[in-house]
Amino acid sequence: MKKLSRQDMARVAALEIAEGSCVNLGIGVPTLIADYVPADREILLQSEQGLLGLGPKAEPGQEDEDIVNAGKHHVTLVNGASVFSHSDSFAMIRGGHIDIACLGAFQVAANGDMANWSTGVSDQLPAVGGAMDLAAGAANVWVLMEHCQKDGSPRILERCSYPLTAAGCVDRIYTDLAMIDMIPEGLIVRRMVEGLTFAELQKHTGAKLIIDPSCSIYG
Amino acid sequence: MIDKRVKSLADAVQGIKDGSTILVGGFGTSGRPNQLLAAILEIGTREITIVANNATIGTDIIGDLMRARRIRKVVCSFPRGLYGKTIFDELYANGEVELELVPQGTLAERIRAGAAGIGGFFTRTAAGTELAKGKETRLINGKEYVFEHPITGDVALIKARQGDRWGNLVYHRGARVNNPVMAGAAKLTIAQVGEIVDLGVLDPEHIVTPGVYVDRLVEVKI
Repeated sequence: MKKLSRQDMARVAALEIAEGSCVNLGIGVPTLIADYVPADREILLQSEQGLLGLGPKAEPGQEDEDIVNAGKHHVTLVNGASVFSHSDSFAMIRGGHIDIACLGAFQVAANGDMANWSTGVSDQLPAVGGAMDLAAGAANVWVLMEHCQKDGSPRILERCSYPLTAAGCVDRIYTDLAMIDMIPEGLIVRRMVEGLTFAELQKHTGAKLIIDPSCSIYG
Repeated sequence: MIDKRVKSLADAVQGIKDGSTILVGGFGTSGRPNQLLAAILEIGTREITIVANNATIGTDIIGDLMRARRIRKVVCSFPRGLYGKTIFDELYANGEVELELVPQGTLAERIRAGAAGIGGFFTRTAAGTELAKGKETRLINGKEYVFEHPITGDVALIKARQGDRWGNLVYHRGARVNNPVMAGAAKLTIAQVGEIVDLGVLDPEHIVTPGVYVDRLVEVKI
C-alpha cells in the first residue's frame, strides 16, 4: 500500500479545483495546493489577509513581506490580483463568495462536523484564526488531513471529541489513504490508494463508510 | 492649517495611559506598526489590553512587551507562535495574561462595527461551538446566528506606506489588512508611515483611509 505524501494530497486536490473557482487555502497541507495548480487553469486563490489572486511561492530574493499565505510563507500575486482590507476579506468569506475553503483538521465527523482549532486542553493556547469563518461561510469545505492520528487512532469519527470549528460544514475529505465525499447517505469513498482494501480502510476509520461502486485508484 | 504630523515616535505615543485598550494593526508582522509598539515599551505603559489579529510570533516587539509584563489581556484570533512555544504560552499557562479568542472574521467585523457606530451584528461564524457559549443566538432564515459586540479602543496603532499632513493614508499589499478599519475604531489613532508626502500627491481615488480617522502621523522610513 502506498500512502500519499502531504505533497501528493495537495497535488490531487489541486487538480480537482475547477477553472474559475475562488479558493481559500488554510494552514498546513492546503497551502501546498498553490504550487500544484495547473499553469493553464485560472483559479483565484484568496488570502484572508486581504489578497485575491495569490500565485506560487516567491523565488529567493523576490520575497515581499506583505504578500504571504495563511502559514505566513512568502508567495506572489498574479496579474489581475487585488488587495483589500481585512473586513472586505471576511465579507467575501462570510458572504459565501468563496467557492471552496481547503482546511486542515484534527477530526471530521460523519455528520459533517469539523474540529481543527483546539484539543480542549485548558492550559494550552487555542488558535482559531479564520477557520470558523471559512467553515461557516464558504460554499464548499474540503478537508485535507492524514487519515489517522500519530498514535493510529482515527480522525474520521461518528462524532468529534474535540471542540467543533463548525457543525455540518464538510463536503469532502482528502486523506493519505482515500478521497471521501459527504453525501446525504453518509461518507462515500470515491477513491482509495492502490493495495488497500475497503475493509482495511474501514478499520482505520471511526465512522461507517460507503463504497462508491465506481471507486477508483487514488494518487 | 490641519497638520497631524509629529516629529518623533516619542511624540506620537505621548499621553497613552496605563490600562489602555490598544488596537494594533497587522497580520503576523506584515502591516504591524513595530516602531510605535517599541515606543510604547519605551514610555513604560502598563496593564495594556491589546486587540490584534495575532499575538507574538516568537521574537518580536509584542513578545518584548509580554516579557516586560506590560500586557494584561490579548484579544486576537491566532495567539500561537509560528515556530513553537512563545512567552505567551508561558504567561497563559501561569495565568499571567488573559486571552479572548475571537474568530478572525468576527474580530475584523467587531472592529468595523466599532468604527462604524454599529451596536453589534449576528453572524453564523462560531454558531454551535465553544466560542459562542453564553452569547445571544437567533434563528435567521432557519440558520443559527451568534450575536457579537463591537470593539473600540482607547488607541489604535496602525502602519501605512504613505500619508499626508491631513492623515490620508495608502498601504502596501497585504499590509493593508485591518489597519484602515482600526483607524476609525479608537479615540486616538496614531499612524506610522514609511513616507510623508505633500498634500495632493495621493490620488483621491486611491486613498484608502481618509484623514478624518487619523490623529497623529509619524514618518518611520523602513
